[in-house]
Amino acid sequence: MRPPAEERIPRFARAERWVHRATAVLMVVCLVTALALYYPPISQLVGRRRPVAVVHEWCGLLLPVPLLLGLASRALRADLGRLNRFTPRDRVWLRAVLRRSYRRPAGKFNAGQKLYAAWIAGAVLVMLGTGLLMWFTHLAPLVWRTGATFVHDWLAVAVAVVVGGHLYLAARDPEARRGMRTGSVDPLWVAREHPDWDHRAENAAQAQADRNAR
Amino acid sequence: MAPPYPHRCLRNADGRRESLAIRALTWSNRGVSENSGTPVGRRVVLGMLGLGAAAVAAGPYLQRAVDSVTSKDPTGLSDLLPGGGGFRYYSVVGSVPERGPEDYTLTVNGLVDRAVTFRLADLQAMEQTRIVHDVQCVTGWRVAGVPFEGVRLSALLDAAGVQPAATAVRFGCFDGSYSESLTLDQARRDDVLVALRMEDRPVSHEHGGPVRLYVAPMYFYKSAKWLDTVTLTPSVQRGYWEHYGYDVDAWVGRSNGRDDAPTG
Repeated sequence: MRPPAEERIPRFARAERWVHRATAVLMVVCLVTALALYYPPISQLVGRRRPVAVVHEWCGLLLPVPLLLGLASRALRADLGRLNRFTPRDRVWLRAVLRRSYRRPAGKFNAGQKLYAAWIAGAVLVMLGTGLLMWFTHLAPLVWRTGATFVHDWLAVAVAVVVGGHLYLAARDPEARRGMRTGSVDPLWVAREHPDWDHRAENAAQAQADRNAR
Repeated sequence: MAPPYPHRCLRNADGRRESLAIRALTWSNRGVSENSGTPVGRRVVLGMLGLGAAAVAAGPYLQRAVDSVTSKDPTGLSDLLPGGGGFRYYSVVGSVPERGPEDYTLTVNGLVDRAVTFRLADLQAMEQTRIVHDVQCVTGWRVAGVPFEGVRLSALLDAAGVQPAATAVRFGCFDGSYSESLTLDQARRDDVLVALRMEDRPVSHEHGGPVRLYVAPMYFYKSAKWLDTVTLTPSVQRGYWEHYGYDVDAWVGRSNGRDDAPTG
């Protein structure tokens, strides 16, 4: 039985959940429209090349915007700090994955989540840059555009695979999804997946910082 | 104990074996706490940006290397790769009606002595010309040595009788939206066909069948699919993509800011 709501542990603030939702929708639209533009069987079903291209371009341009707006949230900034920093614990976690060991220490985020966050952030920036070179064809000389097209095409495949992995792992972990949907998680799940997360101290510090801001 | 999945390892400070990749990622992060560890996230983001910029610079060479491999692929699997060989399907509308021998017609009208309508059988009965050239799309893909077969556009223009006031030709399509145009001089070239066959088969619906235009020396957007009207006009009217900035005179390698090898 799930514990009552007050025993659940706060994990994601409302701002973070909305940033995740908006980014997810934009990412999925980018990937689906990319498929309709470049994969012939889907192209034949969808057609409408011009409107599909316009939707793809604008969703791509907007992709970083939810995160940039979310920087106004203290909780989101704090989590970005946690995602950025690697500790010896993360080294142990990565080593455990390579050795198929189940002793995987993790704080609020494990090393895999940290790597995913950083990789996808970098990939989105590269996709944005190369996409702009392809969109505004007069920005740069032709050889740049050829190179940008090459990078945009291949990185798109990599992004699709990596986002697919993200969705696969989410599909296998209902409590992780509940955390992103409702904002709080089961203490037993935390003990199993994030045993070294000092949520009491971190959430208390968060609450104190929020009070000070007011 | 040796790891069950072998990879290149070093011994770390504790004398344990450790993957090179992990050591590189977590370099210099000994003895730090949760919020003051190594900024690996920042390094990964900056690394992606650096790799992206390097790959843009190297892209043209890498693309050529990929092409040289995939062009020898007999399985056709490489068509699934980005930028791989083979045709891409482009349509500007949601769905295109199918037309066949019973209901397909091609009309030549506008500034002509007499408007003429051809059925598919009429076109098949005329002299056929076969041309084999590369196809080059303005978005980058190229298909080598594609045979097209059909009636020279100039023969259809002569059949209708072009009036002196006409200087250009506008092409209409039964998808309901697409259009293209050529100057009269371009339209009279002997490598401009009203194509009935492509790759030695009747032009399929996906490729713009039963009848499409084929303008050999120009980017492939000029070769309008699902052709059903040829209209002689007093001046060039821009086609569908040309309203969005594509060049009207779309010579391969000399337009649209591209330097592809000529096809015609």
